[in-house]
Amino acid sequence: MTAPADDELWSAIADPSRRRVLDLLVSNGAVSASWLAGRVPFSRQAVSKHLVVLERAGLVRRRKQGREVLYQVEADRLDQATRAMAELAARWDRRLATVKRLAETAHAEDKKRNRHDG
Amino acid sequence: MADLVIEREVLIEAPAEVVWRTITEPDQMSLWFADRVELAVEPGAHGYMQFGDQGGPVVVETVDPPARFSFRWNHPRGEEPVAGNSMLVEFTLTPEGAERTRLRVTESGHELRAWPDAEKQRYADGHRGGWAGYLDRLAAVAERRPG
Repeated sequence: MTAPADDELWSAIADPSRRRVLDLLVSNGAVSASWLAGRVPFSRQAVSKHLVVLERAGLVRRRKQGREVLYQVEADRLDQATRAMAELAARWDRRLATVKRLAETAHAEDKKRNRHDG
Repeated sequence: MADLVIEREVLIEAPAEVVWRTITEPDQMSLWFADRVELAVEPGAHGYMQFGDQGGPVVVETVDPPARFSFRWNHPRGEEPVAGNSMLVEFTLTPEGAERTRLRVTESGHELRAWPDAEKQRYADGHRGGWAGYLDRLAAVAERRPG
């Protein structure tokens, strides 16, 4: 289970359409919501909603340039997200390693018992 | 259609029935998973898992011994976990000979929702790499970033 402090970050990047928006920001630097909307299979309104969630999670920062609002990735926070994902994978690896040990021990004991019974 | 988040697997030198007991019996689960597990292994059963001083509800989804077991968790407090508000943990057991089992776990969630199917498919086609590819790209970006 993720720590409470990570919940916002986690749910921000767990959504595939938000990851699509994040991908575009990672590859293209500072861009506007309209520019993003032209490159995703969902509406301008959906893009805006995703940007709000990403901003709240600290993954994206906005700034005004003339009359335009531009969005860009917060690299430190993104690093943190990457590490959180890697940690989740590592946690499952540790759990699976323990399952392996437990099941192999139980199987060895089953076999020993069967030999004695037989 | 679930969006893949994490997929890991391990090869175990034991029959699927033994692995099944290890991953589904609450007293066994408390040895490798949570500190405390209250769970009836039946589809739809509500349970609870405690991790240190934190805990949360889980709801069993699929029980198909000794091949598939899944549950949902990490859903908002007070809500029923469904596709879209929770994470789905799925275990798949595949026998490889009589005394060997491949155990795969996936943790996925927050499915594509409120999209027409055609758009979902178009999106999925463009994202075959899934989460693993995404992590690689993030790592590449992190490395490129100056100091």
